[in-house]
Amino acid sequence: MADAATYDPLRTAGTWGRRAKIIVYALLTLFALVYLLPFTIVVLNSFRDLGDISRNGLIGLPHSFSLDYWIQAWSTFCVGGTCEGIQPFFYNSVAMVIPATIISTAIGAINGYVLSKWRFPGSEVLFGIMTLGVFMPGQMVLLPWAQVLGFLGLTNSIPGLVLIHCVQGLSFTTLFCRNYYVNIPDDLIKAARIDGAGFWRIFRKVVLPLSPPIIIVTVIWQFTNIWNEFLFAFIFSSGTHQPITVALVALSGGGTAVHQYNVESAAVLIGALPPLLIYLFGGRYFLRGLTQGALK
Amino acid sequence: MSVDSATFTPTKTASSERPPLRERFSTFLPQLVLAPSLAATFVYVFVFGAWTVWISLSNSGDLPDYSFAGFHNYAELWVNLRWRIAYTNLFVFSSLYVIGTMVIGLTLAILIDQRIRAEALFRTIYLYPLAISFIVTGTVWRWLFSPTTGIESWMHQLGWASFKFDWLVQREMAIYTVVLTGIWQASGFVMALFLAGLRSVDPDLIKAAQIDGASMPRIYRRIILPAIGPIFIAVAVVLLQFAIKTFELVLAMTQGGPGISTTLPALYVYDLMFQRGQLALGAAGAMMILVALALILVPYTIWTNLRQRREARGG
Repeated sequence: MADAATYDPLRTAGTWGRRAKIIVYALLTLFALVYLLPFTIVVLNSFRDLGDISRNGLIGLPHSFSLDYWIQAWSTFCVGGTCEGIQPFFYNSVAMVIPATIISTAIGAINGYVLSKWRFPGSEVLFGIMTLGVFMPGQMVLLPWAQVLGFLGLTNSIPGLVLIHCVQGLSFTTLFCRNYYVNIPDDLIKAARIDGAGFWRIFRKVVLPLSPPIIIVTVIWQFTNIWNEFLFAFIFSSGTHQPITVALVALSGGGTAVHQYNVESAAVLIGALPPLLIYLFGGRYFLRGLTQGALK
Repeated sequence: MSVDSATFTPTKTASSERPPLRERFSTFLPQLVLAPSLAATFVYVFVFGAWTVWISLSNSGDLPDYSFAGFHNYAELWVNLRWRIAYTNLFVFSSLYVIGTMVIGLTLAILIDQRIRAEALFRTIYLYPLAISFIVTGTVWRWLFSPTTGIESWMHQLGWASFKFDWLVQREMAIYTVVLTGIWQASGFVMALFLAGLRSVDPDLIKAAQIDGASMPRIYRRIILPAIGPIFIAVAVVLLQFAIKTFELVLAMTQGGPGISTTLPALYVYDLMFQRGQLALGAAGAMMILVALALILVPYTIWTNLRQRREARGG
């Protein structure tokens, strides 16, 4: 922030400035409340008993407190016929997101390394083709994926979703890593080559040690996106193979049943927690990924 | 075979022109390493894309049938009532969503840019919706907009018995609840993009204007905002893409209802393909989504490239 603009528009403007500053803080706080309100309500409701919620409303101060609803949401609540809570679906998401994130990030790093440091005639065109995948709308690939997954015997399975997310994620991870590695001075690579280092050795000894920032950005981006992804998960998984985003719809969208808002709130929070924690602890990297992913 | 001829080349000069196998392998190693990803992306973008195009031109019903039907499905799609509702909704949704998000995002960015305390805290609060899935966001906001559980019943609890806020269950109004939720979700992100832009404006320009006695609103209007003009376009392009792809937000909030009043193209395409077994019609709809994205992204890409080239020449 040291190189940020050094002007101070409000402090230089005297008493009017002080009043303006109060307005600025008031507005910022108001917006902050609007942003926090939904989250706060859900957190509060996850600890309230149903009687309290129906008496005092979903939006209201709690008159009861219990951790039971979190336990129910995690392990005993009925979702789509099975009564093991949200837990199995949470594990499905974990089993999907970890391999998909690791594989797509690793391949993306190597691709980015090739496309920035081992350019060959036509490599820029190939890079262009690889980035096209970023813009492909899901609807355009749904039917082909359905056929391909059927052909591979991966219909309604976590490995099937891992495959989809790896292929789809490659474009992003390659783009991220290539744009980062381009800024590594070519002289470093040249020096290593003169020392007799080959393709893999340069990658391991020169490029990888410089990579942590971009690897973190890429991992966070992939993890959050795959965890929160819905369209593919919704269409290509059912029953006990659903990731948590799909199970949450089955759980809270259930038509006629009486809503157990406390348990549903806890379940929704469990589903939101992993990416939220990553955001809170890796916010800087999260934002960097977001800007790159959206703008490039 | 060529390998053998290389090893047995008689003259020294020839062998030095053709390096041994290991070396030749290593010169192509980068290409070899890249090949699988390239093949996968090629299949994903071009083969899958062409496949869907083909289905959209076929007689497919609930099973793929690759006999050629011409543009029949496109014609059928465009006279379809639900498709008409879907794209009308998309126009309403995307214009309000883009404008609303940009107005709030820019407002927040300007407020935060006033050298305030606790900037990091405010930014963290405005941005957290981005980390949460549309399903979670949509579910929670459905509870809040629902007249029986949400804001309306809250006001009743507080004693304002005549208060009414039931847009979620009104055919004419439900789409606006989706717009509001969309704005809530994305404006923090837009704030971050604008803030980065505001901070990149040359501070000397601003100081000079202040010395000239220009007021802050005037400096924003005349100097800062014009300087970040390109960011407005980039943000609009990003948001339009989000809008066109909007699917699960509507699914979680209204499931396209009440009735079919909040159907969006992405939702209807899913419905055609996987609920009604009209694969060809669904594929035609998916093509229209791709065309809509291309209509935005192609001109934008050309414009960015032209601008970069102009800057490169100017600088």
